[in-house]
Formats: sequence, structure tokens, C-alpha cells
Amino acid sequence: MDSFWDTVTTPRVLAAFRLTFGASALAALINTVFGLLVAWVLVRYSFPGRKIVDAMVDMPFALPTAVAGIALTAVYAPTGWIGAPLAKWGIQAAFAPLGVVIALTFIGLPFVVRTLQPVLEATEPDMEEAALTLGASRWQTVRRVVFPPLIPALLTGFALSFARAVGEYGSVAFISGNMPMRTEIAPLLIMTKLEQYDYAGATAIAVVMLVVSFAMLLTINLLQAWSRRWTGGK
Amino acid sequence: MDGGEIMAGAATSLTRFNASASAKTLTEPRWVQRIAIGVALAFLGLFLVVPLLSVFVNAFSKGAGVFARAIVDPIALSAIKLTLLTAVIAVPANLVFGLAASWSIARFRFPGRNFLITLIDLPFSVSPVISGMVFVLMFGAQGWFGSWLGDHGIKILFAVPGIVLATIFVTFPFVAREVIPLMQSQGTDEEEAAFVLGASGWQMFWRVTLPNIKWGLLYGIILCNARAMGEFGAVSVVSGHIRGRTNTIPLHVEILYNEYNFAAAFAVASLLALLALVTLVAKTWVEWRFRSETSARHPEL
Repeated sequence: MDSFWDTVTTPRVLAAFRLTFGASALAALINTVFGLLVAWVLVRYSFPGRKIVDAMVDMPFALPTAVAGIALTAVYAPTGWIGAPLAKWGIQAAFAPLGVVIALTFIGLPFVVRTLQPVLEATEPDMEEAALTLGASRWQTVRRVVFPPLIPALLTGFALSFARAVGEYGSVAFISGNMPMRTEIAPLLIMTKLEQYDYAGATAIAVVMLVVSFAMLLTINLLQAWSRRWTGGK
Repeated sequence: MDGGEIMAGAATSLTRFNASASAKTLTEPRWVQRIAIGVALAFLGLFLVVPLLSVFVNAFSKGAGVFARAIVDPIALSAIKLTLLTAVIAVPANLVFGLAASWSIARFRFPGRNFLITLIDLPFSVSPVISGMVFVLMFGAQGWFGSWLGDHGIKILFAVPGIVLATIFVTFPFVAREVIPLMQSQGTDEEEAAFVLGASGWQMFWRVTLPNIKWGLLYGIILCNARAMGEFGAVSVVSGHIRGRTNTIPLHVEILYNEYNFAAAFAVASLLALLALVTLVAKTWVEWRFRSETSARHPEL
């Protein structure tokens, strides 16, 4: 028990936990905001290529994480297509904590969109029509009538995206540069300890991550139950 | 329907296509729509399209010759063979396990049913690295079965069986989570009718159950196969990275990349990117077929 606490409270492990959970939360937040926008655009508007865009959203599920990792690194490295302009502005993306956030955003991208889409598709226009007849502006209608029922689905999407990001290894291993204390994530630290045959150390870190995973699983189940109650059992 | 409840983490699922009535009567002004569409497409472009394009551009950056040589390299070929072998074992195994699990969960009430439901989702909720670690703790030299396996000369860890086991583990949920909701919403009426009319268990399965779940099953198989061929974290832990022997395609990509052999790494990676595109097309086709069949059967939806 003592060695467990010693392992999980060393500065290097704590730094890895901070980065893993912090970057995952930030990535999930980015995905919540943009996922809402993407889902809205896909369900409510029509534009050429909408079906292809809709299918593309699932790409992070289909593309192996190692491929995503080297591709994102190539694009966001200081010499890359997007990394070079960013570097001119003094922003380092790959091989910095920002790179970790970028990889985790990619990985979690489909979750919010796919959780929101069915809810948005199921909304009936009568409420919006009623709001309009009662004199509400379109913006007021969206904010007060359309948005509130989406909250449970948004939270579920956030939680799913966060949970996926916390465990991610493949893509981050390439883009982060794996510098201890700076860009090293917890799953990578488990990997390092396993390679050094430090099974006790690896297990200790894994236990902390498992506890968080189960807490997330429980939260997601509760959120989904809440979401279903809100949308009337859909 | 309590199918949705158990599928925590089911982001991509065939059954989300059951209800689709869209509200398009009320909408925003044209310019708001244009800006929203523009921002959404820019976001997807930056995170999805540009990286995917970069795989193919980098793969051919040193010309078609380098590309071809990277792929017909004997070590690359052995990685491709191992990946195919793994998928050929893992996908049918999970087809059988997934069907068995779905059948028991959708058709029977038994003690431990809820526990089984939670277990099915487990591989999705833990880090792939931890999934791989479980096998190290069991079959490694210091693991539970390590010394027994060592005495009998059986090698699981850092060998092909370990890679196959880890892949089966991480891809387990795909088939089950697609089939359970379909079986549950189908109910047992049709099967009971078949049984009363004298069908054997086997006939009932082939003629009644299977046609009802076939699209979900196919959808699960497509996703399961994509993950089986692309799994990196869990396989990386158990493989031991022995070149030409325990390297799968994703692991081979990693080795090439870490040796700064970027053109070759991207060339091999482009095979996996191609697989991802084929997966997306196949998946979209199944969704389309499922939707048209569902609306033909239930026009009111």
C-alpha cells in the first residue's frame, strides 16, 4: 500500500496525470462546442456534400490510432502544413502539450456529434413554432427552447469524449514527444514501466486510471438515463 | 427500450437510425447558415481531412518506387500477414462470442446478467495499454500462469497468441453492442411462432433470428475488423516488437517512423488509411440499407 502511494504521488506520475486529465478535459470541451455546431449543421442545414461530411465524422473510429498519430504529427510539426504557420506565430503544436490536446480532440471528435444527432433529429418543430408565434426572436427560440433539451446529450458526449481521451495512447505517443514532466501522458508512463519490468509501478498507475474510468462509466450511464427521461424515452 | 441504457459509450451505432424525422420548417437566416457551415467544415477539415490527405501525400513524397519498396519489403509483408492472420482469428471469434452474449442478454433473465452487460463494455472503457497489461500480468514470466506456461514451453506473451488474445479482448464489444439492441427491439414473438410451427433451434436461428439482425451483425463485423487490424496500444504491450515475427502493420509503422524512415512509414500507414476509407464506405452502405429496410417495414417511422 505504501509503495502504491509512493508510485502514484511521484512528481513525474502526478505531472502525467495532470496532463492526461487536463488535456482530455480541454479536448472534450473543444469537441462539445464544435460537435454541437457540426451536429446542428448536419441535421438542420442542407449543403452539397453533406452526406459525405456526415460519413467522414466517423473517421477517427476507422483510422488506426498509430496512423492518426503520425499524420497529425506531420501536419502540426513546426515544418508541417499547419504547424509552420502556427510556428510563425510562436505557437508550438506538436511536441508540446498543445499537440496532446490536438490528438485527443481528433480521437474524441465523433462522440458529441453522434450523441447529439439523434436528439436533434427527434425534436419536433411545434415548440419552435409556438415560441415564434409568441413573439420570440429566432435567437431567443434557439437559446431558450431548442438548446435546453440538448444539455443531457451534450454532457453525455463530453463524458464519452473525455473517457476515450483519458485512455488514448497511440496517437499521443507520436505527437507529444513524450518528455517526462512536460508531455508524458499516463498510459505512456504505464508502457514505460512495463518495458522496464516494473509491473507494480505500472499496475499502480493503471489502478488510478481504472478508478477514473469506472467513475466515468457510471456518470455516462446516469447521464444517458437522464437524457432519455428528458427526451421522453427516445 | 432498455437497449440504449446498457450501451454506455455507444457513439456509433446502427440503431441510432431508427427514428429520423427532421424539423426543417424553421431555420436561421442564410448568412448565419453559411457561417455555421463554414466554421463546421473548417473544423472538420483541420482535424480530419488535412491529416488524412497528409498520409497519402507523405507516402508518395519520395516517389512511387520508394512507396512500392516499402510495401513489398519482407518485414512489411510479414507484418501485413500477421495483421491479416490476427483479423481472421479475432473477427470470427468475436462474431461467435458476440452472438452468444447478445442472445443470452436479449432472451434470458439470469443472475449476473447486469454484470455481463457491464463486462461487455469494459474493453471500451479502459485504456488499450491497460488491456494489454492485463495479459502481461497473466501470462508474463512473473505472471499468474507464467511459470506453468514456461515449464510446458508454451509462449503466449511476446508471441502471436498474445497478439491475437489482446486483439480479441479490445474488439469484443463491437458485435455484441450492435446486436443486443436489435434483438431486444425485435422481441421473441417471431421466434416463438417459428418454434410452435415446428422449426428446430437451428432453423429458427437461420430463418428468423439472423435475417432480423443481419445488418447490425454486418455493421459490428465491419467495425470489429477495422479495430482488429488497426489496434496499436494493447498489441504494442504484448508484442515484444520482434521484427518479422510479432510486428503487426501499426507496429511496423511505428518502427519505421522512429527510425526517421518517414516515406516508408507513411507508405505502410497509407494501407491502413485505405482500410479506414473502405470501412467508412462499407459502414455508410450498411446504414443506408438498414434505413431503407426499416422504413419499408415501418413506413410510419
